[in-house]
Amino acid sequence: MTSTLLRKLSPLLLGSCLAAGTSLGSTAHSDELRIGFLAPTTGIYAQIGKDMVDGFQLYLDQVNGDFAGANVKLTVEDEEGKPATAVLKASKLVGEDKVQLLVGGLLASTGYALAPESTRDKVVYIASIPSADDLTQRKLGDFPYFIRAGWTSSMPTQPLGQWACDKGYKKVVTVAADYAFGYESVGGFQKVFEDCGGKVIQKIWPPLGTKDFGPYISTIKGDADAVFSLMVGPMALQFPKQLRGAGIKQPIIGGSVSYDEFALPFMGDEVIGDVSALQYSAALQTPKNEAFVKAFRTKFGKVPGYYAESNYSAALMIHEVMKKTGGKWPGSEEFIKIMASLKVDTPRGPVSFDDMRNPVQNIYIKQVEKTTMFGYDKPELWNVVIKTYPNVSQFWTYGKEQFLKQPVYDRDFPPCKYCE
Amino acid sequence: MRSQQVKVLMVAAALVVLAMIIPHASSFVVLLATRALAFGILAMSLDILLGYTGLASLGQAAYFGVGAYLTAVLATKFHFGMGWDFWLVVVFGILIGAVLAALFGLFAVRASGVYFLMITLALGQCVWGLAYRWNSLTGGDNGINIRARPNFGLNLANDVTFFFLVLGFFTVSMILMYVLVRSPFGRSLKGIRKRELRMQILGYNTWLHKYIAFIIAGGFGGLAGVLWAHTNGIVTPDDVVLTTSVDALLMVVLGGAGTLIGGAIGSAIVLLLREYLSTLVPWWQYVLGGVYVLTILYLPTGLMGIPTLFRQAFPGSANKSAAQLASARR
Repeated sequence: MTSTLLRKLSPLLLGSCLAAGTSLGSTAHSDELRIGFLAPTTGIYAQIGKDMVDGFQLYLDQVNGDFAGANVKLTVEDEEGKPATAVLKASKLVGEDKVQLLVGGLLASTGYALAPESTRDKVVYIASIPSADDLTQRKLGDFPYFIRAGWTSSMPTQPLGQWACDKGYKKVVTVAADYAFGYESVGGFQKVFEDCGGKVIQKIWPPLGTKDFGPYISTIKGDADAVFSLMVGPMALQFPKQLRGAGIKQPIIGGSVSYDEFALPFMGDEVIGDVSALQYSAALQTPKNEAFVKAFRTKFGKVPGYYAESNYSAALMIHEVMKKTGGKWPGSEEFIKIMASLKVDTPRGPVSFDDMRNPVQNIYIKQVEKTTMFGYDKPELWNVVIKTYPNVSQFWTYGKEQFLKQPVYDRDFPPCKYCE
Repeated sequence: MRSQQVKVLMVAAALVVLAMIIPHASSFVVLLATRALAFGILAMSLDILLGYTGLASLGQAAYFGVGAYLTAVLATKFHFGMGWDFWLVVVFGILIGAVLAALFGLFAVRASGVYFLMITLALGQCVWGLAYRWNSLTGGDNGINIRARPNFGLNLANDVTFFFLVLGFFTVSMILMYVLVRSPFGRSLKGIRKRELRMQILGYNTWLHKYIAFIIAGGFGGLAGVLWAHTNGIVTPDDVVLTTSVDALLMVVLGGAGTLIGGAIGSAIVLLLREYLSTLVPWWQYVLGGVYVLTILYLPTGLMGIPTLFRQAFPGSANKSAAQLASARR
């Protein structure tokens, strides 16, 4: 009987929670900075979501939640990796927690969902992870309160195309996850690589979440000099293992997240020598990065990847803005203006912003090596930086006007001229 | 008959209370209630199949999805449906859901039981695949943003106004479906669920009955999709994916299949637990899972079965009507 009663009561209890939640409006303090943080803390992306929150929280802890006199009140909400849920949670953060800033989101589609929300509510949205190219390219005009603290998908792969060309690779096969992030990453690589004289001779698109790459690996053309891979999540673990298992010896040059520190500890020695490109590597030999890696590892027991660094740096950038205003909230328009004019030193290196509110930053070509770093005694896999392209713009060397004339990188753009 | 009237009155009273309370809540709660109502229409449309016709469909999100994508594509590519022509979009949304169901029904309705489940699942995933891969039309994984809600004298950009619009659609849909399931046609559907062979012997074209029910459910699914698109302002493949269909199915089971309003109650509870409880505690998934398990273990007739169980547990003055009700169910 009690169980029936409980079950009858539970909606009532929830209802009263609901009523309590709505009546407790937060009171606004002038010296309080309210930040709403959106990350997937449940579901398949929960681990990445945790890294995102941890990175941001680490910075807050290091400054005791004090941004130049403003007391930071951080509210984390679970966006579940679903764009529609992110919109709902954002409206909760804006409506009930009265946040002045929204930070985070994981998927590109979540970025596309949150950017218009920031326009509607006139709230600043800082995309620390979502990397959809057009948010700071062809569609930026719609989002006056949007700024990016992270990167665009094609930003690291464009220098990688140049690097591969300089390295002497002539023919490359691309294998990339079959969705917008994959298209934009491959597009950037292909454009620069081919403009430099290389040839992409085959593009393979395994679906997101592929576990068995057998059918795709067997079609890879033998005369390729290298394989470009862009893998997301668990795919990153499977692909190199299965490729080497199939006896394919060509070097792998990987896009951005294929060898993120998030996945690296779970990889085998077969990935040693694989190359990838991103704006961050945990193995960066700078005092700022060393301090960050050590602090993060001490607190959370793992080496931080870009998901953690990007959010740590987002917090750092917000702090820099607040330093300029003396701890007073400047209003959304002014905040965007100040942040876009920042030049900050982050764990990933110096970051400034272009006039499309996207970071201009170093892109590192990294090679996986088994070595010891920062005084840790055990040899581990690290993304050792082998070349730095300094102050890279999202438009690479093409210049904004010329770059924006072409359509956004897609499955069929640039067209595969050398595919048979 | 009297208890049926009481139920109708209770539902009406609940809607009135909702209309009175929600406008005073925060925008988050308003949006949450709007979502629950829009999804409630989808759950009720599925109940026509599951609860009344006995067809467990795992593809209901397909109609929901085409309604939502139609709205988004018309709004962004053709700037259509942002003023009074919103009402045309509603009509188109219902039509596209119904037309797609008419097409899918040709494949699905000839099967039953687990085969019907598998076929609807496969067809639903076809629509998901299209949404995911047809980049030029659907924006692929990035989805489509709708910049603003329609404004036809009534400015729907205001969340409360939009809530009332969705509440209106919900109420009308519920009345239409209620009339449908109590009509002779609806009774023949119940007959099919209980014993299809007997209905065939009685001379009913049971295939046609199921096919029509399938199309009607698709139409309501399309309507729910149109409202869903404007509720969130974004449409992504996530709205068409299998888990959306599963959600709808679980909501119906949770609320009580064959009760119509059960689907809406299930939708409200699931969304409340998932979206509201998750802002309060990190272990909300256990609560949601627990509610599902307890319902299936102890309330096979769903939450709407509680009053019946209650009356059976306390045989008192209401004894007679409870017995009537119990025999009337299923």
